[in-house]
Amino acid sequence: MANTIEGATGTWEYVIGLEVHAQIISNSKLFSGASTEFGSEPNTQVSPVDAGMPGMLPVINMTCIEQAVKTGLAIEGTINRYSVFDRKNYFYPDLPQGYQISQFKQPIVSEGRLVIEMEDGSEKVIGIERLHVEQDAGKSLHDQDPGHSYVDLNRSGVGLMEIVSKPDLRSPEEAAAYVRKLRSILRYVETCDGNMQDGSMRVDANVSMRRPGEEYGTRCEIKNLNSVRFMSRALEYEALRQVDILEAGGKVAQETRLFDVGRGETRSMRSKEEAHDYRYFPDPDLLPLRLEQELINGIAASMPELPDAKRHRFMADFGLSPYDASVLVAEKENADFYEAVAEGRDKKLAANWLISELFGLLNKAGKGIEDSPVSAPALGELLDLISDDTISGRTAKEIFAEMFETGKAAGVIVEEKGLKQVTDTGAIEAVIDEVMARETQKVEEYRSGKDKLFGFFVGQVMKASGGKANPKMVNEVLKTKLDG
Amino acid sequence: MSFDKTTIARISRLARIATTEAEQERLAGELGGILAWVEQLDEVDVEGVAPMTSVVEMNLKAREDVVSDGANAEGILKNAPRSAHGFFVVPKVVE
Amino acid sequence: MTPTDLTIAQARDLLAKGEISSMELVEAHIDAMESNRELNAYITETPEKALAMAQDSDARRAKGEGNGLLEGIPVAIKDLFCTADTLTTAGSHILDGFKPFYESTVTTNMWREGAVMLGKTNLDEFAMGSSNLTSYHGPAINPWKARGDNRSRVPGGSSGGSASAVAGRLALGATGTDTGGSIRQPAAFTGTVGIKPTYGRCSRWGIVAFASSLDQAGPMTRSVRDAAIMLRAMAGHDPKDSTSADVAVPDFEAGLDKGVKGMTIGIPKEYRSDAMAPEIEALWQQGIKWLEEQGARTVEISLPHTKYALPAYYIVAPAEASSNLSRYDGVKYGLRVEADDLLSMYEKTRAAGFGDEVKRRILIGTYVLSAGYYDAYYLKAQKVRTRIAEDFRHVFGHVDAILTPATPSAAFPVDEPPSDPVEMYLLDTFTVPVNLAGLPGMVVPAGLSGAGLPLGLQVIGKAFDEETVLRVGRAIEQAADFDGRPEGY
Repeated sequence: MANTIEGATGTWEYVIGLEVHAQIISNSKLFSGASTEFGSEPNTQVSPVDAGMPGMLPVINMTCIEQAVKTGLAIEGTINRYSVFDRKNYFYPDLPQGYQISQFKQPIVSEGRLVIEMEDGSEKVIGIERLHVEQDAGKSLHDQDPGHSYVDLNRSGVGLMEIVSKPDLRSPEEAAAYVRKLRSILRYVETCDGNMQDGSMRVDANVSMRRPGEEYGTRCEIKNLNSVRFMSRALEYEALRQVDILEAGGKVAQETRLFDVGRGETRSMRSKEEAHDYRYFPDPDLLPLRLEQELINGIAASMPELPDAKRHRFMADFGLSPYDASVLVAEKENADFYEAVAEGRDKKLAANWLISELFGLLNKAGKGIEDSPVSAPALGELLDLISDDTISGRTAKEIFAEMFETGKAAGVIVEEKGLKQVTDTGAIEAVIDEVMARETQKVEEYRSGKDKLFGFFVGQVMKASGGKANPKMVNEVLKTKLDG
Repeated sequence: MSFDKTTIARISRLARIATTEAEQERLAGELGGILAWVEQLDEVDVEGVAPMTSVVEMNLKAREDVVSDGANAEGILKNAPRSAHGFFVVPKVVE
Repeated sequence: MTPTDLTIAQARDLLAKGEISSMELVEAHIDAMESNRELNAYITETPEKALAMAQDSDARRAKGEGNGLLEGIPVAIKDLFCTADTLTTAGSHILDGFKPFYESTVTTNMWREGAVMLGKTNLDEFAMGSSNLTSYHGPAINPWKARGDNRSRVPGGSSGGSASAVAGRLALGATGTDTGGSIRQPAAFTGTVGIKPTYGRCSRWGIVAFASSLDQAGPMTRSVRDAAIMLRAMAGHDPKDSTSADVAVPDFEAGLDKGVKGMTIGIPKEYRSDAMAPEIEALWQQGIKWLEEQGARTVEISLPHTKYALPAYYIVAPAEASSNLSRYDGVKYGLRVEADDLLSMYEKTRAAGFGDEVKRRILIGTYVLSAGYYDAYYLKAQKVRTRIAEDFRHVFGHVDAILTPATPSAAFPVDEPPSDPVEMYLLDTFTVPVNLAGLPGMVVPAGLSGAGLPLGLQVIGKAFDEETVLRVGRAIEQAADFDGRPEGY
């Protein structure tokens, strides 16, 4: 899909900005000592602070702040040593205090950036306006009772990072690449598990359409997108909807919309119809947050290698293609697995085996790398057997399938099945002699110029050896004998 | 500052407090009076003055990231006007 | 002397000598509470709890253990403090039936020091008021009456029930909270002592919030010494309150009698106006004289932004309140007016649950924070607040404490309150600047008005220098020799 939409009256361009809400990895909530664990019984992880009980006060969880700083550094943002928590006031049953503690005017991180890679190998820098820390709300269930909604406050007060991109994204693909890249970074620095299904990462997308190069149009915000696929579909739908309005001479209304997954369309959110007036003001229960430079320096010093750096290293030091490097670094676990396999071995061979063999089987089995039945040392052993000519590449694939199936070591399978390659010249010569004696007619034809028959002889020799003859040696000896 | 019923209706909606027309009328007068009175603040020169953020000089203290609270659904729900199956229950919310 | 007439210090000494038991003290107070219900000082009396706590205290003492600062002392708690499993109303209909499962830090501190709870005292709804007239539970009544005038008078507010209880001998001491004068003004109206400590001295955790940047708890007692004792028991750093100060709590009682000799006391000229009642002016002059007679030097000082304190307060406090009171929405606790849809439920609940003054302040607060008005009102007021704090900082470079009148007048009749909101707000003229600057302020009874009603003087100190404030207060108390006893109580 292109960056533009061809309407009846001409070309339209996407302008997309994303607000990603990422749940901070921490044991306890942002302002209370209640657990952040997912999936517990309703209202069992709620302190009186999280329930907005009278007289309750927030106390900041330092780990959440450090996580935000770490993330800010990972997106190359400016860490603001002075930031302020504000109250965002609105009424909603899952917002027990009647306000959300957030950061409005002075966020903890500003002006970051993130590089996305497109499928054609091109790169694009996407600006990040800010990252701020805020509380999550509880959860309202609307389908339990026809006349009522049920409220569970377990999530109320869990720490979130809201990461706001600039309107730099120009297609649903770029938006998808941005979310994937951001998720990858968050997982690298271990500040958010990136689990979109459970809602620990959610996206609000702002989208408008414009004539290429012209001023921004009026945008709509699509709330609570919980998968990259749904986001892309929602953006595509919303773009067409807006283009239809604009081409008919209408005006897009600035509003909040919801993506209906079942119908594949966006619709206006009734509950948000009322004009927002959040009455932000600094939370008087909290003081401004001042960060020591040493704290920031300490976090900076402990940063892991990030996906971009790793990717460049894989390309520069290991000679991997940009595509292979991108695939391997997307998930830190994959990259770590790869490095363990590639250590002291042929880097490209290791990359090929991960990408085309291991990932293929894992995908088919619906497993992640952490559940791989073949460990990195086990795969390394297999590659070693290839490199020292104990087995052929073809045999290796069969062995690998069995390793994946049974969890057995490569060496064990080679032993059990007698798959060791024959590299003894005498033995190979004997097989060749036997084949040539049997196929005298074909030998004649070959020698009278029918070169193509060489492959036939290789096949016959391999077959006669039970597939164990070293193919390279077979080639060499056969050539000498046939030509001789 | 002239204060009319429309303004009162708007802010009472924001504050989620139902007001009758008669109340809006009365409140417009009262709030108008109060806001006219506070307008004397305009006499104060606050050029270059930082707004007060905390009345006593101190640094924000932080908590350790430990789970120390929360496993008390009974306590959380015991004052609820309406609850069921461990949830707070409210009139249906339409999104 | 009857047990209810004792000061905390006297009761403490008698308890230590074994001449009275906590049980006797408590029983005498329960009797007094029952026979003086016309004061409407308590919203909830907790006699069973009081007797059980007294029994425990006496048992501790018998084992040689009970050595808390308030061991065995019966006190009243303003019904703004959350007390576990005891009704906590904030004087509002909207908290109907609310029984928290947690206990405020200040009351926890007091129980740890051995205090005994008699009950929860009446107050202006959500502490918003200067008369106690806004309580959903009806007004508390001042035990004092004007000479030859039988009309019931207000005890002031918002801690009116605590003031009535202490002045009416229904508790040896009581907790109050002070956002704009809510401890000091009722203390002045009832001839009692009240101190609002430095912001951050007492934890706000578990106290129903009115205006977070201004609220501060403090003691209300019948002597300066009692205030010193009780404040020490209430105060202390609390990790659960981010605005709680991590500073040591001194033995406030220890330095009480060191006197004011050599001190410099500031007399702010801006507190004087042509409109000031002559008897208030006279009382102030008397106070100045008393301190000079005891060896203090008094100097005229200027706090130029004083006049703007009240209007700034009436932006900041309602703004914070409008947000703090959003949690009362009929979902988690308290009153709910059922309706078919959520919006109606919210609007009906809050319309029915809040009284007029609370609604007024929520609406003002909502307005001044709303889009387009924030800078003109809230931000401006916070800047003015900085100016006011600077005024104090400047003068505290050369004075030890400041002396002002406590209130512009004595207590008014319940039936004749000031006619409009702004008139009512002006009652806090002398007390509000102290809250805006976060400083300690204390009111000490200094004499009677022409009509025979109590009047107080206010001592203002440097941040975290309650010791000096108490010393000056003690000096006034001694000089005034105030007989703080309303007729019939």
